[in-house]
Amino acid sequence: MADTVKLPEDSFKRINADDRAALDSEKIAAPSLTFAQDAWRRLRKNKGAWVSLIVLAIVFIMAFGSLVVSPHNPNAVNPSYANLPSKIPGIGINGFNGTLVQAGQRIDAYKQAGASSKFYIMGTDYLGRDLFSRVLYGTRISLIIALVATLFDLTIGVTYGMFSGWKGGRIDTIMQRIIEIILSIPNLVVIVLLILILKPGMTSIIIAIALTSWTNMARLVRAQTMEIKEQEYILAARTLGERPLKIAFKHLLPNLSSVIIINTMFTIPNAIFFEATLSYIGIGISSPQASLGTLLNDGQKNFQFLPYQMWWPALILSIIMLAFNLLGDGLRDAFDPRTKE
Amino acid sequence: MENDKNILEVRNLQVNFKTYAGDVKAIRNVSFDLRKGETLAIVGESGSGKSVTTRTIMGLNARNADITSGSILYKDQDLLKKSDKEMEQFRGQDIAEIFQDPMTSLDPTMKIGKQIAEPLMVHKGMKKEKALAQALEMMKLVGITDAENRINDYPHQFSGGMRQRIVIAIALINYPEILIADEPTTALDVTIQAQILNLMKELQDKISTSIIFITHDLGVVAGMADRVAVMYAGKIVEYGTVDEIFYNPKHPYTWGLLSSMPTLDSSGDELPSIPGTPPDLLDPPTGDAFAARNAYALKIDTEQEPPFFKVSDTHYAATWLLHPDAPKVTPPAQIVARQKKYAEMQQALVAKQRPSVPVEEEEEQQ
Amino acid sequence: MAKYLAKRIFYLILTLFIVITLTFFLMKLLPGTPLTNQAKLSKSQIALIYEQYGLNKPVWQQYLLYLAGAVRGNFGTSFQFSDQPVSYLLSSRIGPSLQIGLQAMILGVIVGIIVGAFGAMRQNSWVDTTATVVSILGISIPSFVLAVLLQYYLGLKLGWFPIAEWGGFIYTVLPTLALGATPLAESARFVRTEMVDVLSSDYIELAKAKGLSRTGVIYHHALRNSLIPLITIVGPLAVNIMTGSMVVENIFSIPGIGEQFVKSVLTNDYPTIMGLTIIYSFMLCVVLLFTDILYGIVDPRIRITGKAN
Repeated sequence: MADTVKLPEDSFKRINADDRAALDSEKIAAPSLTFAQDAWRRLRKNKGAWVSLIVLAIVFIMAFGSLVVSPHNPNAVNPSYANLPSKIPGIGINGFNGTLVQAGQRIDAYKQAGASSKFYIMGTDYLGRDLFSRVLYGTRISLIIALVATLFDLTIGVTYGMFSGWKGGRIDTIMQRIIEIILSIPNLVVIVLLILILKPGMTSIIIAIALTSWTNMARLVRAQTMEIKEQEYILAARTLGERPLKIAFKHLLPNLSSVIIINTMFTIPNAIFFEATLSYIGIGISSPQASLGTLLNDGQKNFQFLPYQMWWPALILSIIMLAFNLLGDGLRDAFDPRTKE
Repeated sequence: MENDKNILEVRNLQVNFKTYAGDVKAIRNVSFDLRKGETLAIVGESGSGKSVTTRTIMGLNARNADITSGSILYKDQDLLKKSDKEMEQFRGQDIAEIFQDPMTSLDPTMKIGKQIAEPLMVHKGMKKEKALAQALEMMKLVGITDAENRINDYPHQFSGGMRQRIVIAIALINYPEILIADEPTTALDVTIQAQILNLMKELQDKISTSIIFITHDLGVVAGMADRVAVMYAGKIVEYGTVDEIFYNPKHPYTWGLLSSMPTLDSSGDELPSIPGTPPDLLDPPTGDAFAARNAYALKIDTEQEPPFFKVSDTHYAATWLLHPDAPKVTPPAQIVARQKKYAEMQQALVAKQRPSVPVEEEEEQQ
Repeated sequence: MAKYLAKRIFYLILTLFIVITLTFFLMKLLPGTPLTNQAKLSKSQIALIYEQYGLNKPVWQQYLLYLAGAVRGNFGTSFQFSDQPVSYLLSSRIGPSLQIGLQAMILGVIVGIIVGAFGAMRQNSWVDTTATVVSILGISIPSFVLAVLLQYYLGLKLGWFPIAEWGGFIYTVLPTLALGATPLAESARFVRTEMVDVLSSDYIELAKAKGLSRTGVIYHHALRNSLIPLITIVGPLAVNIMTGSMVVENIFSIPGIGEQFVKSVLTNDYPTIMGLTIIYSFMLCVVLLFTDILYGIVDPRIRITGKAN
């Protein structure tokens, strides 16, 4: 029982106001984080997303850095060095050491071509062009197409969605019907039709992809806008007489940002995929320009005999798609307060 | 400790939650008994650990919960030592629970008849037809009108009050020994609240079950409970019969809770409130967790945790104010008035020679 | 319900009408004619061919004629195969496409459900990690890359399946696998997310409080509630399969409409492209209508009001 415990004499003095202030009941032991800091912290904890971010950074730097420094000229034709396999200095594993199997025997293709001193880390294509440089070049084109198309998609989709959701009523119904009609034709078919009209080429691909892929963004933004619109702080802003445009930028857009960022992470790989498909079919980027899709198409023709010519672009394409998807997943989890552990 | 009147004995329970910032000490050494047929109310503000306590009893804590010590004795068995599989036998059979929000606690895609009948099929191995027949009886018992026609309806076709009746039917279908009601009326309209509370009282008599009633609403407690335990920052700070807690509270936190509850006799326009917020349980303060918000705090409150002091055989409070050396303090006027009323009540009872509370031997805790 | 159905069918017809109209006028914007090398032909020859294709009439008349034809399933004559009506060309090719498309959808969704459900049930275990890796790979690897790899390794190297031929069921295995990967991955992801959500819901808590076992909770409550919303992504999955089939059919030389579409695009066979666009759109609309109705049937919350949100 308590009485048996020996207590110091002044134990039962009332504590004064200063002492009480020192107790500070409002002290929070966990560090306080803003929304962005919290999201960032959770993103960093997500290994997949973090690695993806780094991988994407490397891919971007290499693809765009190759404008300045490139191991070889991606368009330099050198027939005598045609179809050389991968040769990475210091690696002796078959498949990366410049050897290939010909007529049942493994031979050094580089010696045969008289290029023993040269290294093509991803090998060369049928015209003797350095595949690594071409992959970097193709990646750059694919990324540019995807990014520009996504930029359009962002502006069209976000504006459309915000407008539709904000206005509501009849306008909203009509705008949604329009989206439904666009969605009732497979996207790729629409893109192909548009490219036929605009003549194949990089610009038409960008326009075609941009014109078709905003619907998803618009739908998500609209749904979110309709939700936010009902919130008190929007009502307060309206009551205070703020102009709709100001409300849209000051209150709506910041609260839509997570939805927009996450969806962008899924729009980019989609655009890359569409571009690759188009080029693969043969109505995308045309020679001598290259994209990951055209490289895949070229590589596929010789896949039986020179599998590396398709493996490399396929690998890079898949890694980019994978990284964007993982990053998108990670961002979604990071922005979702419910996933707080 | 063995007391055959106790159906449930919780001893020295400690539960931590592992989070990125460290361990949140949600339950810090909680002990209490639940007696057969009684209603025990656990009162406290949100985050005080009421729900974690009941979840621990049910064995339904979140994954990151870590029960560091304690025991929960039910019929001479320690529930904390049971495996997940073994706990399934108790849930819905011996111990049932009613949740806070009836709008989300029913499966939206299953007919309600089947949802009510499910515990029968699980625990009694009953055939579907028989179980549904019994479910129909239970639906009538909990006051669902036109039960025959509604047994095949889905949850969204019912109002909130009706849904909570369905949840109660699910909980009571196996006539459980213990019913845990976790804020069962918080999500309901005030008028519906009274109906549900009345229904629970009525059914408690019919089914003779013991109820642990979790709430933050003292107003609800007065009419429902036999005994009350007040929780603060993961600890029980005071417990006693409902009269003792309402009319002779000893802990300053209970004073605060009672003062902030509007009553018919409360005068003035302003309702007193307890200043400040509960402490962060990631890093609980030394001494009395309530000290920082306590207008009557003593120096020792900041140094040492108060033990339980006995007020009566059934009434204990953990506050240094009850220590013989402590200065005499005058509680808020409202509480003084309550205490006066209590004294009068006691005198009246003594005069009638009939104790209001059955006197029984109660072991001291801690 | 009947009223809702009538409304939906009306919208379907309206949508198709707009699609036909749009494709018709888009095609009118296109440069080029059925005649690839006009220079070699005399004026009278050109006029003859124009008449054969009805290109000498005013555009609005051509449109009305086309519309009238399209309603009866007549999409004109192919430019590429000048003696073949588009409708004949397509009807002879739709079978293989439907077969591998449906197979891929069924395989993908069923395996996807299993993978996703196991992932959600064993959250953050190695099962979950594997399921996540499978689904993320399935989404990241384009179907045409997968098709080439399958064709080479399972077809050519191991010789388990025939490549680039069309005959019985065995010929459909590889294309089905290649096309089914994305639906598999997408549905696995969807089911996992949905089920993780459902598993943390109050009614699952109540089901546990009833004393149901883990499997009981999953089987009686979690599964149904997480699978119903899966119906909503069947439409997008169908789009995915249609898109993928254009390349996959090409790789495996399947005489389907996807392969035909690519061929027609490369040869500027406008009537066939138009016909195919309309057929794709029609199939997609039917899938969307069907899934909406199905959703209304299985979800009691929608069933009663007869409205889909």
